[in-house]
Amino acid sequence: MNAVKTFSRGGVHPEENKFSSRKSIREIPLPLQAIIPLGQNLGAPAKPIVKKGDIVKVGQLIGQGEAFISSNIHSPYSGFVTKIDDVLDASGYRRPAIFIQVDGDVWEETIDRSETLETEIKLNRKAIIDRIKSSGIVGLGGATFPTHVKLIIPEEKKVEALLINAVECEPYLTCDEALMLSKGEEIFVGIKILMKAVDTQRAVIGIERNKPEVIEYFDTIAKKYPEIEVQPLKVKYPQGGEKQLIKAVVNKEVPSGKLPLEVGCVVINVGSAFAVYEAVQKNKPLIDRIVTVTGKSIAEPSNFKVRFGVPTQTLIEAVGGLPHDSAKIISGGPMMGKAIASPEIPIVKGSSGVLVMKETESHRKTEQNCIRCAKCTVVCPMGLEPYLLSKVSKLEKYDMAETENILDCMECGSCVYTCPAKIPLLDYIRTGKFKVSQIIRSRN
Amino acid sequence: MNQLVISGSPHINGSESVKKIMYTVVIAMIPALLVSIYFFGFQVLRVLAVSVIACVLFEWLIQKFIIKGPLTVNDGSAVVSGMLLAFNISSTVPTLMVIAGAFVTIAVAKMSFGGLGKNPFNPALVGRVFMLISFPVEMTSWPKPVPIFKSELIDALTGPTPLAVVKEGLDSGLTIDQILASGSVPSVFEALIGNTSGALGEISAMALLLGGIFMVIRKVIDWQIPVTIFVTVYVFAGIFHWIDPAYYMTPEFHLISGGLVLGAVFMATDMVTSPMSMSGKIVFAVGIGLITIIIRMWGAYPEGISFAILIMNAFVPLINKAFKPKRFGVVKK
Repeated sequence: MNAVKTFSRGGVHPEENKFSSRKSIREIPLPLQAIIPLGQNLGAPAKPIVKKGDIVKVGQLIGQGEAFISSNIHSPYSGFVTKIDDVLDASGYRRPAIFIQVDGDVWEETIDRSETLETEIKLNRKAIIDRIKSSGIVGLGGATFPTHVKLIIPEEKKVEALLINAVECEPYLTCDEALMLSKGEEIFVGIKILMKAVDTQRAVIGIERNKPEVIEYFDTIAKKYPEIEVQPLKVKYPQGGEKQLIKAVVNKEVPSGKLPLEVGCVVINVGSAFAVYEAVQKNKPLIDRIVTVTGKSIAEPSNFKVRFGVPTQTLIEAVGGLPHDSAKIISGGPMMGKAIASPEIPIVKGSSGVLVMKETESHRKTEQNCIRCAKCTVVCPMGLEPYLLSKVSKLEKYDMAETENILDCMECGSCVYTCPAKIPLLDYIRTGKFKVSQIIRSRN
Repeated sequence: MNQLVISGSPHINGSESVKKIMYTVVIAMIPALLVSIYFFGFQVLRVLAVSVIACVLFEWLIQKFIIKGPLTVNDGSAVVSGMLLAFNISSTVPTLMVIAGAFVTIAVAKMSFGGLGKNPFNPALVGRVFMLISFPVEMTSWPKPVPIFKSELIDALTGPTPLAVVKEGLDSGLTIDQILASGSVPSVFEALIGNTSGALGEISAMALLLGGIFMVIRKVIDWQIPVTIFVTVYVFAGIFHWIDPAYYMTPEFHLISGGLVLGAVFMATDMVTSPMSMSGKIVFAVGIGLITIIIRMWGAYPEGISFAILIMNAFVPLINKAFKPKRFGVVKK
């Protein structure tokens, strides 16, 4: 087994609270109606290719990703399209979605629904990438960046290592752990497929060591795959950040403003690696995922296999209902997840978790004066000065924000987490980042 | 549940708070306080109580009647300033003078700039320097240490601090050996435990270091600041001692004498008035060490740490501009 590694600069260690750890994956009955948002990926939303009244099958393409950074959407249900209308999603905006009246469970015949493990990779490099693209696979860690875009390697670049992000550094979340414990063999085949796609001889799976069962299980599978390493990592947030994972595993710093490819790495989330297995070996597009439903007051924190389009509410009911002391529902984890405005918001590709927070932990604490303790600077994994970025953003000094590297901020929230004066540093920094990007765009 | 709470991430906070930090500093001062009571008696408690109560009261009055903003006096920062001011003065200073010092500490050095976190200079040191200039006699007369159980036998005596003994001796043409032979300079051991004349909180290097270690463990201070000051003082004083041992005291003497440990552990580490980056903190600490020795060796005052810290406080904005943390993935051109 490899020695435990971690990234060197900054980071925090919040309470892990992984209540649903080691719990097997549950399923829920199909809903009567489902809402499938067309914008489920980072980048341009998909264009609907069905219309009201159309009959659809499970796995049928219903939204086409046309732009370079965009992704296809497939129907997770059989039934008929009742309407295409705007709906509130986790971003807080009303955006177009396809409404499906669910009827039975009829799948596209081309999809192999058996559980048999298919290890032989028949497709060639280009066909793999095309299949990943057509299957609508995105980064399932939460960022939802279209996976096929990452796999297109320019001629002059060489991938030295494919890194599989199985860190799951967000507190509470256990969806990756649950997937890894149940689909280990499939994940390894998925990694082999990805290695073929990017033409590399080395893959490393980074896993934080609060998942010892996974590490042990993966070590046994890895004996069959000498080119795939299992790398245990010290528990530290935000190790699942792409740049932090690369630093931890291969000890290289991705230059500011550049992609991981600059240091010869491609990073793919473990859930996406499994989705790649299903797409390439089973011809199954991305229509479902594992979602952790959890919280301090939740009766039965669980991991579910969920088809997209189910209202968040349905999952909360399946774990014992919304507790009376709840005040906030987060899509994702507590560090980077989004507080959602309504429990009706549907589960989508980026929904790694549903975290229900108690009234007592839902509200921000009173902001005090900055005491210049520099703790934000110490924990910033990007070596930035959050107190300064927040201040210059507040003062609208965007030129200074730019020279102080505000765009390197990945919004991990470590600074706010650690701030003793409870200053919402990241609120201001987000605004600053937005303005600085606007200014840079207008310059070109 | 009516309406879901919506706010930007992150949705959880660590257990740090301003109050916790302040009271950690208060707890860290207790060992030195106990040593002080042991050697200087209950006058220590008088000065301490007056200073703390006056600081808290002045802060409350100013917030309530002048600034008219939120009352944050219970954040503990005024208690810390009050205690530090007391630590920096003699246990024989009259009550009214302590109150005057507390007023300058809070009103001038802290609240005029906008309160907690906004002050460029360490408030307690500003208060102390104000008192030193305004009440030079009272501020430079120091009680001799008398263990508390013997205090009834001996009348309170005052005497100069070891640093003052050395300075006066050298000024009157004596060599270091002659000064040491007079017996009025304590041994290293005595200075470590605190059996020496001085400000009420500065006498015991050991008790102060104990508090410092506690603060380092609780992540309230960075050990790099005090250690850099100690190393700088040791090396700089050591070079001169090595050149001319007849005229320059040993570096060990400089380390444990006067307010060096108090200043290095409790004053130079003040979050508000020290630099933000680690490299900046090191530069800041080296500056304090050098200026302290320069003042002690060639300045008008026997002690220099207060001035050294205040001078370096003034450089903090520039240090923050010049010394940035190492950015991830950014190579300096």
